[in-house]
Amino acid sequence: MQIEESPTTGDETITNYTINFGPQHPAAHGVLRMVMELDGEIIERIDPHVGLLHRGTEKLIEHKTYLQALPYFDRLDYCSPLAQEYSYVLAIEKLLNVEVPERAQYIRVLFAELTRICNHMLNIGAHVMDVGAMTPNLWVFELREDCMNFFERMSGARMHHAYLRPGGVHQDVPEKLLVDIGEWIDTRLPELFGDAMSLVLDNRIFKQRNVDIAVVSKEDALAWGFSGPMIRAAGIPWDLRKSQPYDVYERMEFDIPVGTNSDCYDRFVVRVKEVYESAKIIKQCLRDMPTGPVASSDRKVSPPKRAEMKQSMEALIHHFKLYTEGFHVPAGEVYVATESPKGEFGVYLVSDGSNKPYRCKIRPTAFSHLQAMDFMSKGHMLPDATAILGAIDVVFGECDR
Amino acid sequence: MSVLHSAPRFTLIEGLKGSVSSALGDHLVEAHEEHGELLFTVHRASVEDALRILRDDFDYQQLMEIAGVDYPSRAERFEVVYMLLSVTKNSRIMVKCTASEDTPVPTVTTLWPNAGWLEREVFDMYGVLFDGNPDLRRILTDYGFEGHPFRKDFPLTGYVELRYSEDQKRVVYEPVELAQDLRQFDFMSPWEGADYVLPGDEKADMPPVDEPKTTEKPSDTGAGAKTDKHAAEKVSKAAPAEKDADVDAPAPEPTEDQPKRAKRKGKTTDTAKATEPKKGDE
Repeated sequence: MQIEESPTTGDETITNYTINFGPQHPAAHGVLRMVMELDGEIIERIDPHVGLLHRGTEKLIEHKTYLQALPYFDRLDYCSPLAQEYSYVLAIEKLLNVEVPERAQYIRVLFAELTRICNHMLNIGAHVMDVGAMTPNLWVFELREDCMNFFERMSGARMHHAYLRPGGVHQDVPEKLLVDIGEWIDTRLPELFGDAMSLVLDNRIFKQRNVDIAVVSKEDALAWGFSGPMIRAAGIPWDLRKSQPYDVYERMEFDIPVGTNSDCYDRFVVRVKEVYESAKIIKQCLRDMPTGPVASSDRKVSPPKRAEMKQSMEALIHHFKLYTEGFHVPAGEVYVATESPKGEFGVYLVSDGSNKPYRCKIRPTAFSHLQAMDFMSKGHMLPDATAILGAIDVVFGECDR
Repeated sequence: MSVLHSAPRFTLIEGLKGSVSSALGDHLVEAHEEHGELLFTVHRASVEDALRILRDDFDYQQLMEIAGVDYPSRAERFEVVYMLLSVTKNSRIMVKCTASEDTPVPTVTTLWPNAGWLEREVFDMYGVLFDGNPDLRRILTDYGFEGHPFRKDFPLTGYVELRYSEDQKRVVYEPVELAQDLRQFDFMSPWEGADYVLPGDEKADMPPVDEPKTTEKPSDTGAGAKTDKHAAEKVSKAAPAEKDADVDAPAPEPTEDQPKRAKRKGKTTDTAKATEPKKGDE
């Protein structure tokens, strides 16, 4: 605390106190540095410094072919990798106007929803831990581990899947995996998750830390570019899966949970409810998924089967061309946004007709949310900052790109 | 063209292009529709006015993103693209304007507060200035960074690298030193769109010579003296035919005696019966 002599009265006066929150702070969810101006314990102003994890992904993508650039998207929001790939492949497909087989669409939706569960497990656990509870985090991490195991059986990788492809997915999934996911959705998820949430949702301490913290009006939520659970908690039933459906989302029946009070508690509960909605979608996918190919039959976009390559010269040439030169995308520009677990994740793709993206602007969800940190925290106490940050669900791989 | 892809399907409002174009009036340079995306190019000076019309009269409540793009060959090399979203009409449009390094774009922080960081990012990455932005600092790059990394003429590797120096006990910045060349593979087919010169290509454009170069005498060619006439003669008429190998002939004797090996010391005989079934098992 800085103590100065008052020039007029001669008394000691206390001036504002400026502290650094981060860049190495366990509640900062990554490398975030916030310069906080405090009046005692009341936050007067926050200046978040982002970019400590800036890797120049967008520029790297400009130097890779369309297919080579795909794995960069896993590394943006490493808590929900598939959701990022989704926007990118849809953007390419929109430019190419390529049709995706039905089974591939179901697989994509299924695993996008599993990614949502996986992401919310991390965020819910971290949020609870940020405000002081330990046990629920350990429990939901069990579920996250289960999701990871499913992803490993899907693509061979636990986190960086690189599974989606323009025109479909990389490989078909084993039947047993689908059976196991169905079983997990019915038994283990509701049991374990229900148990963990029963400790939190009506918990007095948890409510004291979250209710009426960082209340954002509908108007502010719109003006600050909120999306995902942040805008739904403000009472606006806006979900891109519902309003701008992609793949087979329009065939899915699910509800959009919305908040009433637009505080950190509402954001938390919206995420909890979304987990159950995702489980509903997964069940419908498992029920309705047809058999058939999992990638486009357009050989200029998706590679042939290996067995086919042993027989057909044409297939061999296609394979060689796709994995050296890559495919050419018609010139044009599109902005494609999907509902990632954190909000609207968009890709603005500019093609000049060559085999590399001319420009690939990534619209991160956390960027706009974090920007509102200042006005959301104003007047709250210092410990509330961690609750607000936890409710934003920020991951710096995505925010800083 | 029929829509085959399954990208997000937002509402395509009938006649939106016309109504927005007429509402924008003089602000508009060009309206463009491609790949199901509506794109309006507006004059740089009237970006704020145009976006205000779109926000207030056409219900585009949200500014989702501002993207910069660099086209170095153009007179005004940068494009600033605004992505707008209407949550009530479920519609998306893009608005863009051009800019160069020294022509500031009017800020839209007056319309949307979240434009502040988005404009900061475009400034950081491309060096586009935004007139009226109250806080136009760098945002993603390092403290004290120089240059604008997403410009097309900025190298992918950058100019400086940093490491922790054990001697100075702090992070030091040094010019980038690449242990090997940056691997920049070019898979573009030379038949379509390769804009570099392949070896030998330069000869294609050479003008035909007026006086072809000739030699007067064979001795000037530098070929040397003729070879001996006998060199062309055959020594024998043909190679002798091979005899059929005699199959029944015994194998040839070894040319050298194999040295006698010392007897192995291991008790190999002890294990000889190990594989045989034990009598008690039957």
